[in-house]
Amino acid sequence: MADTIPLVDYLVLDGDPHLIAHECENCSARFFDRRTACASCSGTSFRTVGIPREGTVRTFTIVSLAAPGVPVPFVAAVVDCGGTSVRGNLVNVDPDPDHVTLGMKVRLTVVPMGADATGVAAVGYGFEPA
Amino acid sequence: MAEDVWILGVSMTKFGKHPDEDNFDLAAQAAFGALTDAGIGMKDVGVLAAGCLTGGNSAFGQQLQKQIGQTGIPVYNVANACATGATALRVAIMAVKAGETDYGMAVGVEKLSGAGLLGATARKKQGDTWAAEGRFGAIAPLDGRIGTESMPGVFAQIGLEYGSKYGGVDFELFARIAEKNHAHSTLNPLAAYTKRLTLDQIMNDVMIAYPNTRPMCSANCDGAAAAIVVSDSKLKTLSLEQQRRAVKISASVLTSDPWQEACQVLPDVNTLTRQAAGQAYEAAGVGPEDLDLVELHDCFATAELVHYDNLELCEPGGAVDFFNSGATWRDGKTPVNVSGGLESKGHPIAATGIANVWEICQHLRDEAGARQIEGARVGLAHVIGLGSACGVHVLKKAYLRCSA
Repeated sequence: MADTIPLVDYLVLDGDPHLIAHECENCSARFFDRRTACASCSGTSFRTVGIPREGTVRTFTIVSLAAPGVPVPFVAAVVDCGGTSVRGNLVNVDPDPDHVTLGMKVRLTVVPMGADATGVAAVGYGFEPA
Repeated sequence: MAEDVWILGVSMTKFGKHPDEDNFDLAAQAAFGALTDAGIGMKDVGVLAAGCLTGGNSAFGQQLQKQIGQTGIPVYNVANACATGATALRVAIMAVKAGETDYGMAVGVEKLSGAGLLGATARKKQGDTWAAEGRFGAIAPLDGRIGTESMPGVFAQIGLEYGSKYGGVDFELFARIAEKNHAHSTLNPLAAYTKRLTLDQIMNDVMIAYPNTRPMCSANCDGAAAAIVVSDSKLKTLSLEQQRRAVKISASVLTSDPWQEACQVLPDVNTLTRQAAGQAYEAAGVGPEDLDLVELHDCFATAELVHYDNLELCEPGGAVDFFNSGATWRDGKTPVNVSGGLESKGHPIAATGIANVWEICQHLRDEAGARQIEGARVGLAHVIGLGSACGVHVLKKAYLRCSA
């Protein structure tokens, strides 16, 4: 997989693609970005944990107007993956309220983003109906 | 116990398009309006707190002084997202409470006409090779790839999340909230929009981020608001007319959001609002059932719904039934946003947290004209700045001072 690079460093592409989080060793709060200390308890030790690939849509919006260069429409959502809230787009689903619903079951999938000048392919993620 | 602080003067400009006036013109207009309303002069003022988020000037307050009077007083330049105005007001209140001065001034102004979509930035051209940067190690902008950073989209999710917890929400419900606020503003000559919109017009307008169409989003516009606060001991020395028109600040609360599991993924505007409201009711010695009117931060129709619950205007989980009962229309049990709110009166960011206090004062002084809520005695003003900051002010009519 040397020729691929994930959109974000919390997306792991080896084997079964999945998300990881930094979990506070003291209070178990989880963060997807690099943290100096825990926002919940100020602890400074973290371990890496895997996030379940399946979840339910807790909320969403269908964005029809976005900043220049951002393709629309797209579905932005918060997915509850086994108790951890994850931000992601809903993909492989028609972007309308008849097809996207609160509580729908979804699973993680990868989204190809194309290759750069050296041939390295970028890969993002989204959630598709399970 | 520090002494009470009162609103002595308060003013707002017409919200809307002011192509021929800059931030200083508008802020000065509001500042002089507040001084005139208070019956004092700039030389009496002992502290100035000023906010202008998009003006690009880190010493905005000092530049404003050059237009209204350079008296050498301390100036606090305040920035706290959409809670900037409320924060400026609170800075002035704290200075008076601390005994540093008898009179404080707070000013907020913004020029936002034609500003377009807030929160989102244009996607830059990709470099030749992928390179990870930032705290997510991202190789490309995440807006549109991992969720949305646009304000209408963020707050759309906040509204639908309420539906996820309690049920009962749909597109039409949120559109009817906007219908109410656009109906209310028809009685407010200072509102940016004063045209009543039908439910069909709102639902068939341009979709921005489902379920928020354009008239369900706060109106970007130009405007300023200012307030003069005074100490209780000084107020007692002023004229009976000044004392009669003064409005008691029964609570001034500012909170930030405590950590919650999901707040790192989608901003949590609920917890800090609930905490601010709880603290404000405790400090003011009133409950939500005592409120005669509420101006809350309806930056989007989807936001207004959740704040009914956060401000305890209804039972937990009961915001949909509460709205459907008609309670928040101007003839209802707890009128909300009789000014038209951010959706119709407009949202010149740093002015908003003082303009909503102005609105409450108009009613408590029986000076609200055609939109007067009869017999108003207690009101609450609420703002949220995403990030987050929540400001809540509880205001009481002057004649309550003996009993309260």
